[in-house]
Order: sequence, then structure tokens, then C-alpha cells
Amino acid sequence: MRRLVILLLLATTPDPALAQTALPPAPYANRQLEDPALEAKATALMHTIRCLTCQSQSIADSDASMAADLRSIIRERIAAGEDPEAIRAWLIERYGDWISYKPTADPILWPLWAAPVLLLGAGGALAYGRMRRRKGGQA
Amino acid sequence: MNFKKRSLILWIPLAAYLVFLALASLGLNRDQQTVVQSRMIGKPVPPLDLPAAASSRPTLSTKEMADGKPRLLNIFASWCVPCIAEAPVLMQLAQQGVPIDGVAIRDARADVDNFLTRHGNPYQRIGLDERSALQFYMGSSGVPETFVVDGKGVIRYQHIGVIGPQDVEMILEKLREAQS
Amino acid sequence: MIAEAGLAALWLAATLAGLQLLLAWAAVAQGNAQAARFIRPLAVAQGALAGLAMVALIILFLISDMSVYLVAANSHSMKPFIYKFAGAWGNHEGSMLLWIAVMSVAGAAVALFERSLDRATHFATLGAQAAISLGFYAFLLLASNPFQRLNPPAAEGQGLNPLLQDPGLAFHPPTLYFGYVGLSVAFSFAVGALLTRQVNARFARAIRPWVLGAWVLLTFGIAAGSYWAYYELGWGGWWFWDPVENASLMPWLAATALLHSASVLAARDALRAWTIMLAVVAFAMSMIGTFLVRSGILTSVHAFAVDPTRGSFILILLGLYIGGALALFAMRVHTVNEGARFDPLSREALLVVNNLLLCVILGLVLIGTLYPLLTEMLGQSVSVGPPYFNAVIGPVTLVLMAALVVGPLLRWRRDEPKAAIWRTAPAILAGLLTLVAVLVFADRPVGWLPLFGLVMAAAVAVASIAPLWKRNLLRTPLFTYGMVLAHLGCAVSLAGMASETAFSSERLAAAAPGDSFEISGYTVTLDQVRPFAGPNWTAMEAVLLIHRDGKLIGTARPQARYFTDPPTPTNESVQLTRWNGQLYLVLGEALENGRWQLRIWWKPFVTLIWGGAGLIALGGVLALIGRVRRERKQARKAASVDAPLGHPQEALA
Repeated sequence: MRRLVILLLLATTPDPALAQTALPPAPYANRQLEDPALEAKATALMHTIRCLTCQSQSIADSDASMAADLRSIIRERIAAGEDPEAIRAWLIERYGDWISYKPTADPILWPLWAAPVLLLGAGGALAYGRMRRRKGGQA
Repeated sequence: MNFKKRSLILWIPLAAYLVFLALASLGLNRDQQTVVQSRMIGKPVPPLDLPAAASSRPTLSTKEMADGKPRLLNIFASWCVPCIAEAPVLMQLAQQGVPIDGVAIRDARADVDNFLTRHGNPYQRIGLDERSALQFYMGSSGVPETFVVDGKGVIRYQHIGVIGPQDVEMILEKLREAQS
Repeated sequence: MIAEAGLAALWLAATLAGLQLLLAWAAVAQGNAQAARFIRPLAVAQGALAGLAMVALIILFLISDMSVYLVAANSHSMKPFIYKFAGAWGNHEGSMLLWIAVMSVAGAAVALFERSLDRATHFATLGAQAAISLGFYAFLLLASNPFQRLNPPAAEGQGLNPLLQDPGLAFHPPTLYFGYVGLSVAFSFAVGALLTRQVNARFARAIRPWVLGAWVLLTFGIAAGSYWAYYELGWGGWWFWDPVENASLMPWLAATALLHSASVLAARDALRAWTIMLAVVAFAMSMIGTFLVRSGILTSVHAFAVDPTRGSFILILLGLYIGGALALFAMRVHTVNEGARFDPLSREALLVVNNLLLCVILGLVLIGTLYPLLTEMLGQSVSVGPPYFNAVIGPVTLVLMAALVVGPLLRWRRDEPKAAIWRTAPAILAGLLTLVAVLVFADRPVGWLPLFGLVMAAAVAVASIAPLWKRNLLRTPLFTYGMVLAHLGCAVSLAGMASETAFSSERLAAAAPGDSFEISGYTVTLDQVRPFAGPNWTAMEAVLLIHRDGKLIGTARPQARYFTDPPTPTNESVQLTRWNGQLYLVLGEALENGRWQLRIWWKPFVTLIWGGAGLIALGGVLALIGRVRRERKQARKAASVDAPLGHPQEALA
């Protein structure tokens, strides 16, 4: 966990060589939308978009400038009435599935979504088999 | 028969574990990808009009990039330290006749002017992108980064990080490929 | 001199471990009584030597002996005493030495204090423990010698990253290592029991204190790490499903399952094979977790100096031990019979459900953590993050909580459905009341996951106390109190998580001095922003006045710090703790016109998350004390009744 913390610290703090800028952050990087419903939509999306410069966090939890700019873009687009999933698709088109913390429906991810069902099924079968054997009585 | 089936089941944990071991040893010996590649290779440069970032160079409209000649689109910034290391290499490429357009990220005109005076100006046009918009459109994830754009305005190659002296040949080769 | 002595102790300990393994094999497989006599003294001597080596390393750090490479690379003569001390294990080599030292001392403890096992299984266990130690000794001596000399000696050490100089960080890793060591002991017991085919209630009673102890430490370690990330990162998150977090969660999940199945085995002599399997899995997970973190295979970019050689070494050890144990399991376990029978409606059955669900969660965490690696091999980068983990693990956890409501209220072996329903009725009622209360009183729509999180928390809270109902509280055994507390802790923690998820409020502001902001009934006023200097950093500090109902209830001073060497900006957030939650305040960047970015959260009942974890750990401690006491009493009783059950392998001696 210590390593986690170092990792996250390094991840939140923008790489000094790469992300320092004198400009103030974009308008909606750290400003909420007036409409709480829209803001909730935007926040939910931001929590599922991976930060490009820090790699181990969502853009909602990052101090990196690029994350701030992307937050602003997302808020502005949501305010303009765009659908969150459309924005996600727009980003995936540019960065691939990597950018979305929420696994997409890409076939390569089907086994991942099947995992809970398969594991529960296997566990259930194991338990059921045992109970039945017991009821059948081998004593 | 029941006994046989059961004893097969008992080997499942070991089998699953061997799969993990195989995955782990493969993963351990791989080249770790630490950067996100753009998915925009082979697609046209998104149309964006950027204001001029420097007093001495015109604005950049990405639509104008489709002028029949392959060119470089270099993403840089005056606050970016590695960009200083890249500057002489870009100057060298420009002197060899490679057209280079620049985009200054999250920058201010005075700072860009200052940067160009100090480190040279290889650019034909420089657009100012105060909010990384072009980066998101192009699938770029950092500064500096350089794209090879062909004469039809299609992105052909993405170079992440500094172009060093050792990369010049490769970049020229990519430009030649983009010619065809 | 000290370094050479430490190295010598380490080599000697490794030799003794080899000898211990040989003699254990001779005693168990060949029935050599002569060999058997030396096993326990060897284990004790090995533990003493490994402990000595660790002490030597600590001394080298304390006296800042810069002729030792490890000290020069990781310490500094001007460092505060405590960080010199903790610096001994704040690096790869030192932490491995600490691990092996604790493991060998634990082995010595098994040799000295274990009384409930038959002799053959006891020896086989010590043999297995020696085999594990041997691998770690080889790792240390061949691939990461902590006593490497530096010639010529360095004039001064390179110091330790200032960010790491935090008391929490100094003692956090050892907590986890001690937990892993406990699981390694349980693993050795399992291998020993498989070898001698003595998988029974006595085996369960022997591993239980070790599993309990390990589980308490892991619980504590994970909770502490989570709180650390929560206050240090400055965005209010307390669990990120980061690979490194997952690496520490997986052994905990396995240990939790093992704890419960060992209880079934100890009390009812059922679930024999399953308990063995879990003991193997629990240790496997602690090794896999260590591998994932140390090899840098997943946490790629920033952070650590990645060393594939070390990763390969751990991987080979993993292959040998866990692979060997799983193969042994597959070959031997059919000779272990199933044990006592039970009904589908019985406490055993519900504990089976508990075990399966914990294993499903464990499997999901493992698959989700490794999946990006798999797809990368196939040429596609994907991310598996909180949206996936929450979506699949949340519901399974809720079902697990439902089992937790019913399980402890059922009788062993078989129960009457009607009676069981009556016993769980109060808990179900509490859950339903909570459901109605949330739906009626919530000031916003609540997602179904946090909603049912709150419902299950209420039901579990009531059900967890139910075992004390109508009992003489003074005569209730300590371990029952332990169980009650731990289960109550689950409810408390779950309530905190659900409440934080559902009812947090966020306020992002661009504030000028004098501005006020309302959040959930609190008024936060930015009084001023001023510069502030620390020992190796400078900071801007905001002075925030916090009012509620017109009364000043506190002043918070969050800082935006800039460490100079290396230049690193960090946020020092401030948490204002109230009985019903925390106000979380962060000072962000400077904006134009003298404004500052402020981030303010109100997180209702967020502290319950870690409070609950504390209760769980405390419950574990009580159970541990209670069990050890009970075992001792029984051992004395058994001794006085002249051992009615002869130990099957007694002839060995």
C-alpha cells in the first residue's frame, strides 16, 4: 500500500517536465454546472474516464492539466445537451478502450463481463453437488 | 466414473494457476507500453481553426494542411522542458525542407515568442491551443508529440515524446511513405 | 563487522533451514525417530539467527553505516531516529529480510508452542515452513543481499523521499508482511496435514490462531492504507481499485474465507478439503500480491524502479510452492474424506455460501486486475476500473451480507425453517424499515447499490447482535463477542460506504478572500490565503472559517505544498470530523484576480468505513484471545485425563 500511495502521489501531481503551465485552468475544469442533474451526469462520466498523463486515476481525481481540460470539455458538452455515452464513444474513437475505466462491449471484454456469471455458476454447482450428495446419504 | 470425474475437477485449480503463471511470465518479459497510442492514424486531421500563437507566424487551420505535400504537425509548449531538447532537431528537419506546423498547448503568445527567439523557429504556422482541444481531437496524450500528415490531410504516423537526432532518418522515411 | 555478522547469520539460518527440511523429510517419510528429535531445536535456532540478521540491519541503519550499500542508498545521517529505524525495511532488500525474519520467528513459535497436532503433522509442517524459508533465503542471498558493502564508503546517504517520511508509511508495510507471514504458516500447516493425511478438527484448531492473527493485521493494514490515500490524495476517494490496492485485498478475502471454513472444520469436522484449498489460496494470494507489486508488471509508468529479475525470482518461488501445493492437493485430497454431514439449512451450509461468495469476489478482483495484462498480450489496451469492480462486486457483496444476516442465527447441522425465519425476523424488519426510511427521507435519488447497502447494513447490524440475545453476557465466551463485534463492524463499514456514495455533496469554488460557500448546512468562509514555510517545503495556506447555524465551529488550514527537492506539488487536505461525517477541504491552484480554487466535500458518515474496519479487527483480536485461552484450557484438561485419543503417529518419538 505504501507503493500505492507513492504511485498515486506521483500520479496526481503533474509530471514537472510535462504538465506545468502558466495558464489558469479551463473554465469548467473546476467549476460545477449550474444544473445539479447535468453536473451529476458529468461527474459520473468523469469518474469513468482515465487520466491520460497520470495513468492510474480517473480524470475526476487528478490535478493534471490535461485532466482538467478534459473535465471542462465534458462539462461543456454535457451542458450543450450531449449524451455522456456519446462523449465516451468520442474519446474511445481517439484513444481506444484504454481511456474508459468502464469496460466497453468490445468482444475482447466479453469474458470479463461473463466472469461473474461463470464464477457464481461454478460456485453454485459445487455447493449444490455437495448438498445433494449429502442428502443422498453415503452413511 | 464419478470418482474419475471428481479427480479431474481437483486438477482445475492447478490448471488455472498455470495459466496465471504463463500470463505473468509473459507479462514480465514484455516491453511495457507506457503511452497511449492515438487511434486516429489513417483518419483525416480533425478540422480545427486555431488562433496564431506567435507574432511572427500565421494562424493554423488544420483544413489547410491538405495541400498535397506531407508535413509534420508538432505539438509543443513554451513551458515544456523536453521541447527545448527537441528544438534543434526540428530546426534541422526544417532546413532540409520539411514543412512543419506547430501547435502550442496551454500557452500564451508572449511566452511562445520568447521560446522561439531562444530555441529557434522551425514552424510555418503555429496555432494556439489554450485548452488542449487539438490534443483530444487527435488522440494525443502529452507534450511534445509529432504527427506525420500526408498531402490529403490524413494522419499517417504519431511520434510520442521528443524527436531526437537518432529519430531524424525514421521521420524522413515516414514522410516519404506519406508521399506515396 | 556488523554487516558481516548479519550476512553470516543469514547464511547459517539458510543452512539450518535446509537441514530442517531434510530432517523433517526423514522423520515423516522414513519414520526416522533420531532425525525427529532435532527438528524443533533447528526451527528455533533458525528463527533466532534470522531475527539476529534483521537486528543487525536495523543497527546498521541506526548508526548510519555508509559503507553498507543499502544504508547509503536509502538513509541519511540527519534523518530523524524513527525514519532511520523504519528505513531498514523501507526498501526492497530490507523488506524481504524483515519478511523472512518474521517468517522464521513464526516457524520457531510453531515449533515451541504448537500442542494440538500429532507429531508427524507437526514435523511435516515445520518441514514445509523450512522449504518456504529456503526459497526466501535464496532470494535474499543470491538476488538481493541487504548487507552488500560499498567500497569506498559513501560520505553521506542519499536520503529518503520526503513524501515517504510519514509515520503511517513507516509501519504500514510491516503490518501487511506480518499478515502474509501468518498466512504462510497456515499454508505450511495445510501442506503438513496433506502429507500426513491428518486433515481434521485438530488441524483446524492449530491454524486458527495464525489465520486470525494474519487476518487482523491485514484488516488493519488495508484500512490504514485506505484512510491514508483518502486524506493524502485530496480528492476524497477512499478506494480506487488500483492494482496495488487489489493486491492487498485479495489475501484478505482468502483469509476471511479460510477463517470461516476453519471454524466449520474445528467445530463440526466438515469442509476438510475446502479448508486445505483455502489455506493454499490465501498464501498464494499474498505471494501473487507481492509479485504484482514488486515486479512492476501492472503499475507500469511512474513510481518504482522495476526489476524484472526480482519479479522472475518471486515468480519461480510462486511456481514451486503454490504449484507444488496445488499438485499435492490434487493427488492427495481424495484420500481426505468429506467429514461430517450437514443439511442445506444449517450454519455449515451458510458458511459454505459465505466461502463461495468470498471466493467469487476474490476471483473477480483477480480477473479484473489481470485482464488488462491479458488483452495487452493480445494487442489491445483496455482499462478495468471502478465502474467494473463496483458493478460486479457490489451485488455479490450484498448477497454475502444477506448470508451474514442469516448464518450466525442458524444452528449447526440442521435447522427448522420456521424457527429460522422467526430468529431472523428482527433483522429483516430493521432492513425493511431502513428501506422505507431512505425512500421517504432521502433528499435525492439514491442508486440501488447504496440503497441496498444501507438496508443490508441495518439488517446485519441487528442480526450480528442477536447471538447475544437472552444469553448470560458474563458467561458468553470471548470469541463469541469477537464474532459479534466483527460482524457488527461489517455493518458499520458498509453503512459508511453506502452513505458516502449516496449522500456526499461536492462544492467546487473559485474563491476570493471573504467569499462564503454553503454546503449541507455548513458555511465555509475563505478568510485569507497566506504563504507558509515548512522544513523542506513551502506552501500556500488557506484559512477557512467554518460556521454552522451562525456559530463558528472550526478553522481549517488546507495547504498547497511545494516540495523543493525533488520539485513536487502536493495537497494537504483537511478533514473536519463531526459525529455524522466529515467536511473535507482542499486548497487547489491559484486562479486569476487573486482567486483560489477550493474543493469542499461533505461526506456523511464516511468515518464509519474505517471505524467499522477497526471493529472488525478488534473482533478478530477478541476471537484470537478467546480461542487461545480455550485451547490452553482444553489442552490442560486433556493432559489431566491422560489423553483418551491416542495420537496416531505417537510411535514416532
